Amino acid sequence: MKSYFSELFRGAWSLILGLKVTIKAMFSPIVTCQYPREKLEITPNYRGHIDLVKFADTGTHKCISCGSCMRECPSDCIVVEGEKREGVKGKVCVVFNLDFTKCSLCGACVEVCPTKTLDYSNDYELAGYERANFHFDLLKRVEERE
Amino acid sequence: MEIFNSLLPELIRIVVCAVCGAVIVFGNALVMGYAERKLAGRIMLRPGPMEVGFHGLYQLVVDGLKLMGKQLVIPVNADKPLYMLAPLLAFAPVFVPLLVLPFSEKIQGFDLDIGMLVILAFASINVLAILIGGWSSNNKYSLFGAIRSVAQNVAYEIPMLISLLAIVFMTNTFSLKEIAAAQSPVWFVVIQPLAFLIYIVAMVAETNRAPFDLPEAESELTAGFHTEYSGMSFSLFVLGEYANMFIVCSVATVFFLGGSSGIPLPFFEYTGIVWFLMKVYLLMFFLVWIRWTYPRTRFDQLMNFCWKYLIPFSLVNLLITVVMVKLV
Amino acid sequence: MSMDIEVLEDSSHHRYVLNMGPQHPSTHGVLRVLLELEGEYAMHLLPVLGYGHRCHEKIAEFKPAKSFMPNTARMDYLGALIYNHGFAQLLEKAVGIEVPERAEYIRVITSELNRIQSHLLWYGAYLLDLGAFTPIMYAFDDREHILDILEDVTGSRLTYCYFRVGGVSKDIDEKFVTKTRAFIDRLRSRYSLYETLVNGNVILENRLNDVGDLNPHTCNRYGITGPLLRGTGVAYDIRRAEPYSIYSQFDFEIPTATKGDCMASFMVRFRELEQSLRIIEQALDGLPEGPVMAAKVPKKLNIPAGDYNSSVESPRGELSFYLVSDGTDVPYRLKVRTPSYSNLSVVPEMCQGMLISDVVSAMGALDLVIPEIDR
Ligand code: SF4
Ligand code: SF4
Repeated sequence: MKSYFSELFRGAWSLILGLKVTIKAMFSPIVTCQYPREKLEITPNYRGHIDLVKFADTGTHKCISCGSCMRECPSDCIVVEGEKREGVKGKVCVVFNLDFTKCSLCGACVEVCPTKTLDYSNDYELAGYERANFHFDLLKRVEERE
Repeated sequence: MEIFNSLLPELIRIVVCAVCGAVIVFGNALVMGYAERKLAGRIMLRPGPMEVGFHGLYQLVVDGLKLMGKQLVIPVNADKPLYMLAPLLAFAPVFVPLLVLPFSEKIQGFDLDIGMLVILAFASINVLAILIGGWSSNNKYSLFGAIRSVAQNVAYEIPMLISLLAIVFMTNTFSLKEIAAAQSPVWFVVIQPLAFLIYIVAMVAETNRAPFDLPEAESELTAGFHTEYSGMSFSLFVLGEYANMFIVCSVATVFFLGGSSGIPLPFFEYTGIVWFLMKVYLLMFFLVWIRWTYPRTRFDQLMNFCWKYLIPFSLVNLLITVVMVKLV
Repeated sequence: MSMDIEVLEDSSHHRYVLNMGPQHPSTHGVLRVLLELEGEYAMHLLPVLGYGHRCHEKIAEFKPAKSFMPNTARMDYLGALIYNHGFAQLLEKAVGIEVPERAEYIRVITSELNRIQSHLLWYGAYLLDLGAFTPIMYAFDDREHILDILEDVTGSRLTYCYFRVGGVSKDIDEKFVTKTRAFIDRLRSRYSLYETLVNGNVILENRLNDVGDLNPHTCNRYGITGPLLRGTGVAYDIRRAEPYSIYSQFDFEIPTATKGDCMASFMVRFRELEQSLRIIEQALDGLPEGPVMAAKVPKKLNIPAGDYNSSVESPRGELSFYLVSDGTDVPYRLKVRTPSYSNLSVVPEMCQGMLISDVVSAMGALDLVIPEIDR
């Protein structure tokens, strides 16, 4: 009989304590962010899809079409093609396509690049209607970037 | 003609009552729908609806429009007539209790001698609606929800009734107006705190709200009895649920919190409704508050609690009340 | 277990079959469980797997072992770093690469953060299963801080690919250390909130006590590890039983409980939060300077012929990678022993005769991560 009542009171008390926690929360500040209107700053270390770096000294990327990234990529999402040109040492990159639908953001390509011309973008708001929206032409992207 | 003349005021009264009832049902659903989402948001440290209108004020209107525009899906093997009937049955009976509630001294549809019985009788039709809806959906989850709901409601109606009965013994009437009036010096919540507590618990269970929301236990039964319902038929269930909340809270107000009594305002016979609504919404706030605080109980524990705690306590309470009434 | 749905349907007229999943709110992913019910009691249960199978083990046989690292993160999206750890360690063992000390420390710190993050998510989701909607938001509030910290160093928020054979891909900085210390203080200050709102709640106690009883013997038979096993009183934790990395240097307890029910594993997980914080604290205090990558990691990682094994303690139990090599850099066979798979296998026995509500709480206590089962 004693435990019957003590159980009841213990239970009721725990319920009251719970109510206290939530009412306190009701009057504490909001911690979420109204996403499309406010945006949190994301860290510069964020790994979005890969992008060619635009170097200040040359005004463009430094890809030598060595193909290391293509070979290293575990998901085969990079296609690089280069061609020999008159008067230019090494090869000139003419095609650099990334199929982001297959990329696992492992970072192998970035780490292997001998000229450090690959880096992650900070683009986290990717959306599209079809897969082709995520087939990026990185050469075009580097041209378009100011 | 003679008869018509004598009936005319009654007819007008009925029409006015029906219109007011509809206003209350829909207005209450709008207010509560919004308040519930806002409060739930605040408890979870997020702002709740913010997009449609100032601080999301129109959210519920938009949601209502969306639900109206949705297709009514009827499962192939459902029992079609019953399936369509269930939401109506959940929604229609809520108007009747509103007619007998004394919102203030003068604002009351009909002051019936059996007001309390009318309310309890019509409030329990809701169970039938859930049972029919759950059964006719031809879905195992819905059926579980329906079965749970019936067992739960039948069990919890007993302590609810007994706790109210204690008040009836004290006032000697079933008329809600007189019960509210009988609390002029002290509210019954002071004299009958135990009955009040029991009523509150039973009230949560009767309205199928968390922590007793077993009929629609989301994580167990996906959506319980209304798993298959869509569009307007779903929203009728929701409207019915909010109206039921309003009714049980009003009953608590009338029986325990002095009805429309409060600090007198000008034209108090009418403006008492302010106090009445305030008390009702305070209780509703409490319902929302506990919903977003507790986990769900298990079915057998729910029943145990009813049979082992609520019913014995309410019986003892009733007994003491009877003895006291006899002695005093 | 040769039951299938037809057999279930036929077995008795009083019973009927309920299909829980693959899109059920409390199976957290694409797990499907067939329940043969008598009233609300589940008399037979049959988990059906394979809805999210991605052939990870087979993929491993087709490319250089090093390239398999991102796949490990996709198996258990809540313990990605711990999977990274296990796999990196396996290859280091096989090829014989020494990992610099600083890298080991970073691995331990980030792994433990990952473990806390996993436990917090489980905590919230489990309470969601039990019908409490609010705690998950509080848990996510805390978890978000870990994600921010880890994002800053690893670049991702969930499926990290941070560890490399021979170290880690990026060094941590002062900011990481201060933010982690701030998080430790924050989480410690939140215990009382969780304890009053959730752990002491009488409804929760009634839902968890004496539900889903396990004992060490059953655990042995099914190969159950992790908090479930520790909930039965066996203090088995790979970090202590076969210390890997630098775990032997740290002072931490292995929380255990004795009853073996859902409440036991619930409390074990909750208390593990504090132990992980303690490990992180000690690791931060003793963080040495130095490189974070081994100096000489061959580009082509030829694994000497033979078989290799490496086990780590994931938030859900013992995780092992077993690799058979024929001497090339592509594994001949890679077997992953994931804890959730073994833990799930006990469901038919554990949940027999339970109410549906209890099945939900018992399965929630297993902390299943479905992609880990269907890898
Ligand atoms: S990050 Fe990895 S998967 Fe993505 S393109 Fe680079 S190498 Fe390929
Ligand atoms: S590794 Fe670097 S330089 Fe070589 S092809 Fe790729 S991006 Fe160009």
